[in-house]
Amino acid sequence: MPRRSVALRRSAEDRLLGGVAGGVSARIGVEVTVLRIGLVLFGLVSSGLVFAGYVLAWLLVAREGEDEPIAKRAIGDRRGIMVGVALIPALIVALVVAAVLGAGWLGSGAWALFVAVAGLVLVYRNAAEDERAAMRRVAEPLWRLSSNRKGSWFVFTRRVVAGAALMLIGLAFLLSGHRANLVRAFLGVVMIIAGLVVVFGPWWLSVGHELVDERQARARAEERADLAARVHDSVLQTLALIQRRADQPQQVIQLARAQERELRAVLFSDPGADAARDESFAAALRRIQQEVEAAHGVPIEVVAVGDVPLDGPFAERLTALLAAGREATVNAAKWSGAPVISLFGEAEPECASLFVRDRGGGFDLAQVADDRKGLSESVRGRMSRCGGTAEIRTALGEGTEVRLSVRLDEDHRRRDGPVSAPRTAP
Amino acid sequence: MSARRVVLVDDHELFRAGVRAELGGRCEILGEAGDVDEAVELICDRQPDVVLLDVHLPSGSGEAVIAAVHERAPQVRFLALSVSDAPEDVIGIIRSGARGYVTKTIAPGELADALERIAEGDAVFSPRLAGFVLDAFSAGSGGVALASGDPELDQLTVREREVLRLIARGYTYKELARELTISVKTVETHVSSVLRKLQLSNRHQLTRWATERRLS
Repeated sequence: MPRRSVALRRSAEDRLLGGVAGGVSARIGVEVTVLRIGLVLFGLVSSGLVFAGYVLAWLLVAREGEDEPIAKRAIGDRRGIMVGVALIPALIVALVVAAVLGAGWLGSGAWALFVAVAGLVLVYRNAAEDERAAMRRVAEPLWRLSSNRKGSWFVFTRRVVAGAALMLIGLAFLLSGHRANLVRAFLGVVMIIAGLVVVFGPWWLSVGHELVDERQARARAEERADLAARVHDSVLQTLALIQRRADQPQQVIQLARAQERELRAVLFSDPGADAARDESFAAALRRIQQEVEAAHGVPIEVVAVGDVPLDGPFAERLTALLAAGREATVNAAKWSGAPVISLFGEAEPECASLFVRDRGGGFDLAQVADDRKGLSESVRGRMSRCGGTAEIRTALGEGTEVRLSVRLDEDHRRRDGPVSAPRTAP
Repeated sequence: MSARRVVLVDDHELFRAGVRAELGGRCEILGEAGDVDEAVELICDRQPDVVLLDVHLPSGSGEAVIAAVHERAPQVRFLALSVSDAPEDVIGIIRSGARGYVTKTIAPGELADALERIAEGDAVFSPRLAGFVLDAFSAGSGGVALASGDPELDQLTVREREVLRLIARGYTYKELARELTISVKTVETHVSSVLRKLQLSNRHQLTRWATERRLS
């Protein structure tokens, strides 16, 4: 009897047929392949009794995640039981024949076959749908193997004839001559196995393939379900929030944008949206977008052209450029009143530039008080300290554009054309 | 000038209703379709000036619609519209023949302007598309050098790059014309020329660029 703590369960994951071997292996800790080989060998030696036992276990042991064994349902399956009863005359005939011939192995084999067939009928009729589908998949290649489809029939006969010939020769080796002759016996066994492989090999292969396919399909389905759960959960939450704040348009926009970014990150695996975010110029721009949108609720349209790593030789200049760009973006989000802000960044071999543009109120540059540190210190000061340029274009009622750029080369003589000229590949 | 005759192709009923309400005053909506076959039939039957086409449809892609319509009604023009910013979607639909690309977040007035431009045979680039094109046509900065053997098609002129940069910076055609002190018509010519290059230069490399950019 299985202990109560860890009851024996048929494995749902690690299975070739009913998952009995997988379950036993998990229970007693023996490698499952060893267990299976032992099962088959022992089954051959015991003239099939082990196979009958396997089918019984399939019936009587519940599967992982299920409460009751198939047998519980099979008890109520009157038609299935009738099929089993209908097999009894065949069993009696076989037993009589065995008694007449005095062949004990035939008798026990008939019993085992009877139990196995009747058990399989009950299992198939009463198992869960996915388990039935798995059984059909295992049986189907065997069915196809013997069905006379055009072309394959000839191939099949040829293979069976060849396999049978090999097995007969092997038997002849085994039975003729002295038992003591080890080489002969060994040769005989090898030839019988070869014969089996020739006949059943293709079937084994296709069963193996189907099992692998099935396992992969299951993994994919789980992945999809996981993704759907994640997406649905976050979308539903956002929708709930939007309903509650329907009277605050700014907050609704903010929520919608945040959700949009999240979905994009999941669906299109937007570069820069995941963990390694600040490693490049373009990724840093997206980060500015996310943070400013989250903090101020104004949508930011980011366009990045080209890219450079931030840890290169001009790390300081790029960091200064990005910091100034962030300040300008925050300013636009806070003061311009524009419904949307454009943030454009371009990284070229010789220079990197950022443009922050809004179509908001604009302001009079001459009248900006000195205490408005944002513009003069954070933007202009930063850029001049790293040798870059900052230009601010604005007019009342016409919006604002902040243009920032830094050079990414030391040696100006290397430049042999205008920065904006197209470059051809070597 | 009579109102532009427009067909909407999008599988989201709600979105179509929104666009219909937006455009109601400025365009004549001839009909709407939600999948590829329906759209092809409708477009060939009604022969609109412009089709506003979603990139992704449940029964196929917008590219399939363009390809099917092109055989039967080559004069119909397409403006692609999408929520997707994926480069291969954007580049793919332009290369299959759409004359413009905008995202679904476009402001109502700008959408009507864009349809107007397409109807007149010009091209419409969203800031994002302009950025992609700049990237794809630059040899440095990770872009792929486009070598179709025809240098005219493989490179942007300095002026075209300036125009694209300003579009990417969020300028409208009018603002852009003022900034560069050229006429709006000239801006339109430049953008159309870029569109031609985008559609005609070496296909394989552009597609590869789009894929790499997505995967990087």
